[in-house]
Amino acid sequence: MIHLEIPKRLRPFVAQAHALAENCLRPIARKYDLAEHEYPVELDILGSLLDGVSAGGGSATASRLRSEEPTPGGDGTTQKTDPARNGRNLVAVLGMMELCWGDVGLALTIPRQGLGNAALSAVGTPEQRERFGKRWIAMAITEPNAGSDSAGIRTSARLEGDEWVISGEKIFVTAGERADAVVVWATLDASLGRAAIKSFLVPKGTPGMRVVRLDHKLGIRASDTATIVFDNCRVPKDNILGSPEVNVSKSFAGVMKTFDNTRPIIAAMACGVARAAIERTKQILERVPGWTADMRSPWLGLHAQAELATLEAELEAARLLTLKAAWMADNRLPNSLEASMAKAKAGRMVTDVTLRCVELCGACGYAETELLEKWARDAKILDIFEGTQQIQMLVVARRILGKSSAELR
Amino acid sequence: MRLRGLMETAIYHGARLGTEAIRGGVPAKSRTSGASSASSGATAPNAPSEPHRLGPAQSADVFDMRPTEEQALIRDTMRRFAQEILRPAARAADDAASAPPEVLAQAHALGLVGLAVPEALGGVATARSAMTGALIVEDLSWGDMGLAAAILAPLAFIQAIVMWGSADQQARYLPTFLGDRFTPAALALLEPQPLFDPMRPRASAVRSHDGGWELWGEKALVPLASTAEWFAVAANVLGKGARLFIVERGLRGLTIEPETAMGLRAAALGRVRLKGVRVAEDALLGSDAPEEGFDLGDIVDRARVAWGAMAVGSAQAVLDYVVPYTNARVAFGEPISNRQAVAFMIADIAIELEGMRLLVHRAAGRLDRGERVVRQAALARLQCSSKAMKIGSDGVQLLGGHGFIKEHPVERWYRDLRAVGVLEGALLV
Repeated sequence: MIHLEIPKRLRPFVAQAHALAENCLRPIARKYDLAEHEYPVELDILGSLLDGVSAGGGSATASRLRSEEPTPGGDGTTQKTDPARNGRNLVAVLGMMELCWGDVGLALTIPRQGLGNAALSAVGTPEQRERFGKRWIAMAITEPNAGSDSAGIRTSARLEGDEWVISGEKIFVTAGERADAVVVWATLDASLGRAAIKSFLVPKGTPGMRVVRLDHKLGIRASDTATIVFDNCRVPKDNILGSPEVNVSKSFAGVMKTFDNTRPIIAAMACGVARAAIERTKQILERVPGWTADMRSPWLGLHAQAELATLEAELEAARLLTLKAAWMADNRLPNSLEASMAKAKAGRMVTDVTLRCVELCGACGYAETELLEKWARDAKILDIFEGTQQIQMLVVARRILGKSSAELR
Repeated sequence: MRLRGLMETAIYHGARLGTEAIRGGVPAKSRTSGASSASSGATAPNAPSEPHRLGPAQSADVFDMRPTEEQALIRDTMRRFAQEILRPAARAADDAASAPPEVLAQAHALGLVGLAVPEALGGVATARSAMTGALIVEDLSWGDMGLAAAILAPLAFIQAIVMWGSADQQARYLPTFLGDRFTPAALALLEPQPLFDPMRPRASAVRSHDGGWELWGEKALVPLASTAEWFAVAANVLGKGARLFIVERGLRGLTIEPETAMGLRAAALGRVRLKGVRVAEDALLGSDAPEEGFDLGDIVDRARVAWGAMAVGSAQAVLDYVVPYTNARVAFGEPISNRQAVAFMIADIAIELEGMRLLVHRAAGRLDRGERVVRQAALARLQCSSKAMKIGSDGVQLLGGHGFIKEHPVERWYRDLRAVGVLEGALLV
């Protein structure tokens, strides 16, 4: 039966994640926004907590998402009579909404919860997961001349004996400075396009790998964003994630599949930030004469109240789209379309909501005394990284219209 | 048209029990009777003293997107009906500003009345089913929003009786609807003044000096107004707030005239004026006692969810139309859907449509579990009235000049979709 409420059994988890956000993240949110690049030591404990959670089989973040989990009775289809699964993907999304209600920058820099950890979980061999599973792993894809067109990367990897030799420059690496290792996308042969792109595990300290810059940013300043240069950097042959054979259908798609699961996570981040902004705005505006709590017809009241209700409706739409994408992943339904819909909607929603909330709150929205202006600065990246709004729209449009990437560009 | 298992059962039960109830002595209201000063009717023999209500639906406490098998069956029937009967009839009905009687008759044969009425009263319903209602509304609206409004209008009246009517009222009115013909009726909340608050109708009910009530006021855009046999009219009772009153057609002081509008024309909308219309004491829907807790807000919320479902269905129609159109329409050497401006407009439609749908479903689910829904219904209405209208507008835009011409349905959907955000009441889930 269609039921779009969070089940009772997950509410304690959500409450715990919320308490973490409120007690660990909110109090230090402004501190690390101002002290960009200072390491948030307070998060080490949180990292250990989540290590414990992961070890116990639970999940609060991206690092434990897998798209190919065996299910009981596992022929891959959901029987109509079976109850729907509310599993790791839904839990991860719910957890991330709460953490980012707390602070999205800090949520991105929790030790050992990197995007590289997600990739390792998704496509790493058991041996690789054993070797690298306890490290904090960043993901390095973007280059100065290749962002949305990730198939256009030029960082190269060539096999010399028992080692891969990697050369190139990566930018916008989240946790690039703080992480213990990096998953690096490189091409085995630039003339073969996306089929030749593989990813490689490179531990920090490997000769030939150097963090050369940390970026100063509009928002998520608590999260370090690094430029890493690879200059004939050598790693063991076994450090390639997945198969070394060039295979048109498998290789690129393998790591791209990670994004089917991480897109709902980004959408969840956006929902968390937006909810924080709306809640705080309500608290501030409630004191204004004429404000009526819980109106059935908000458009008949103060303009600001009507506006806030509109923003809340947009958040709710994004939130439900996000939950739907996660639910589909849990129930082993292909969710690429829904994941892109969720990220496209949530990404544009959070920018609009946070900016409008600053405006509605006037001076205290714009000044640094409240976190509202920070949330509006943090929000913007959520519509850009892990696939821009425009890329998500291309994915959605191609699906709806039945177009290939050659037809609809 | 061929009907499936559940619907056949519903029709069978409805027809059987309805016929029995009618033969049991409830006089059918005459359509041609002259004005009477007060409506009254004999109650069926052995009428229960307690009204029958539908309890909340049982649902597993799991986040789930899948409709039940029963709902899937119902949707299947509704979709075929929408495609085969409503779509072909839509243009002519819009031009004529009325629904063809044969379409209404065929709709009646689907057995929707049975789905709304509790088993104990001759229907097949065993639990509250706002979710099923939302799915039905969406599918009929996909066929045609105006015709859907005509078909669903009497069901709103029926649901009001089921939810709030006294035992007598249930026994008196429901059997007629369970009979074998489409019986027009309407739930009239909306009033003509701008910035209308449905919780504060200007229409009023004052006690008559000789017992009963006198109703004063004006209701706007009432579906099937010219043919409705009964109206449930929202009016303010001093000291009690807004209540619903059952008003029979033909009463003195009741004037009805057509009120054609931008859209929903097939629903034959009308303006209903009440000037001292006298009704009996028991025309007040439900008990007069405050403990009963009549809440017009519940009606308002359910109507908003229903209109949200109407928005979803019609917006889906737009999407389904523009995809093949833009894939086939060639300009500058290729299908226009190869261009981002066009493709992104369509992607936006798909995204906002799904968001609307989820909002409506969440609110419907909460209604079924008896959870508070004021906020969700308001958010659903806000989202649907803005996004669905944009979808209607984009639907015309994507067809260019052709979208402006009545040869294509998009201009009608543009006109119909504006009703979302205007109409209050009229439909319920």
